[in-house]
Amino acid sequence: MVPFGGWDMPLHYGSQLDEHHTVRRDAGMFDVSHMTVVDIAGAGAGAYLRHLLANDVARLASGQALYSCMLNERGGVVDDLIVYRRGADAATPYRLVVNAATRDKDLRWLAAQAAGQSVTLAPRPDLVLLALQGPKARALAAALLPQALREPAAALRPFHAVEDGTVFVAGTGYTGEDGFEVMIPATDAVRWWEALRAAGFAPCGLGARDTLRLEAGMNLYGQDMDEDSSPLVSGLAWTVAWEPADRDFVGRQALERERAAGPAARLAGLLLAAGGGVMRRGQRVVTAAGEGIITSGGFGPTLNRSVALARVPAAAQGVCQVDIRGALRPARLVRPPFARQGRVLVVDGN
Amino acid sequence: MSAVPGDLKYTKDHEWIRIESDGAIAIGITDHAQHQLGELVFVELPEPGRSLREGEPCAVVESVKAASDVYAPVAGTVIAVNTALAGEPNLVNASPYDTGWLLRLQPQPGALAGLLDASAYQQLVDAAD
Repeated sequence: MVPFGGWDMPLHYGSQLDEHHTVRRDAGMFDVSHMTVVDIAGAGAGAYLRHLLANDVARLASGQALYSCMLNERGGVVDDLIVYRRGADAATPYRLVVNAATRDKDLRWLAAQAAGQSVTLAPRPDLVLLALQGPKARALAAALLPQALREPAAALRPFHAVEDGTVFVAGTGYTGEDGFEVMIPATDAVRWWEALRAAGFAPCGLGARDTLRLEAGMNLYGQDMDEDSSPLVSGLAWTVAWEPADRDFVGRQALERERAAGPAARLAGLLLAAGGGVMRRGQRVVTAAGEGIITSGGFGPTLNRSVALARVPAAAQGVCQVDIRGALRPARLVRPPFARQGRVLVVDGN
Repeated sequence: MSAVPGDLKYTKDHEWIRIESDGAIAIGITDHAQHQLGELVFVELPEPGRSLREGEPCAVVESVKAASDVYAPVAGTVIAVNTALAGEPNLVNASPYDTGWLLRLQPQPGALAGLLDASAYQQLVDAAD
């Protein structure tokens, strides 16, 4: 068990490596109830979110989800989150899921931005969030869902959600595999966990969650981006909705200046040559265009090779070196993801 | 509970030393050490023939969590390394005192005097837990 964002969480339930492979090949479950769920209602909810978020909730139809950053005025990332546009009969029109480590800061920021607007914010500590991930997750989970959700969940596309009564099922995740994220009342959580386990889901801890998301090329807030780095230098430019040009979102002016000047850096993937060891956060990256730094690194079990995300000079490309404990080891800049859907996606050029 | 075989010598850095019949020594990390490190994913070993001073970093073990140096428990010359670890670093987790050995040294004469016996090492592990 390790402390994480005010929670005690299991790093693994026995073998972090086995848990990683189970999610790539079979079905694993993560208790991610540490994530902060906030329901948003009120006549001004849509306008509030269009100002709060760098991505645009106007793109969402009912039952759709969007990944977005919320920025400060400098264009730095306050947090990254998923926003769900709920169905017409849901209790609130929007649901946000933000990080655990940033909970207090986020709730203060959400409240401050809501000042004077017709918006109500309702944190939902009464909900438990279970991530059911892996190629077999969808089929194994379907039988355990309420009857009304079985068919829609079986057909659920990525970044869509369905709900019935107290059960909310989303086609989202943080592993690069198919699956669901399920929100249920905390009072039902143990029953669900035991039923899922009996159905064949292997419990998985924070360790596998981190290596799965790293291989899938997904950022971790506080490592790969923070309040001093913008989406443009964090591999997240694709999440910024520049159009319509007259939508005024927090951080837009700073971001437009950075875009016009050309971002000085970018977040790249790094693949270490065989036999080089393991890349870790904070290690120096030496490229022909200047030096960079690893923001997330580790061993990628699917690749059987060390992979990393690194902030490097914008012009850096191709072969480079990583300073691993004083020795410069050959590596190569690649475009993430490294692995998704059970498959390795980068070619080994070494 | 970590295993501490009675027939081995140890260091305070959680290495074990087996004195073999030909006077060479085999070196590995203890069960306690592998447990603390977590699952190993990479092991870097020295070149055979290399001369090591006592206390010199001679190998690196990297787990899913972190990297650790392994120090030469005594002065000597590397005569063999466990090449199986290149493909299966987790042998160190599964079998730290047997198939998970790291390297063999030809020690310098008299180099073995300062090593801990099993009971002294057991006390050190107990104090750490």
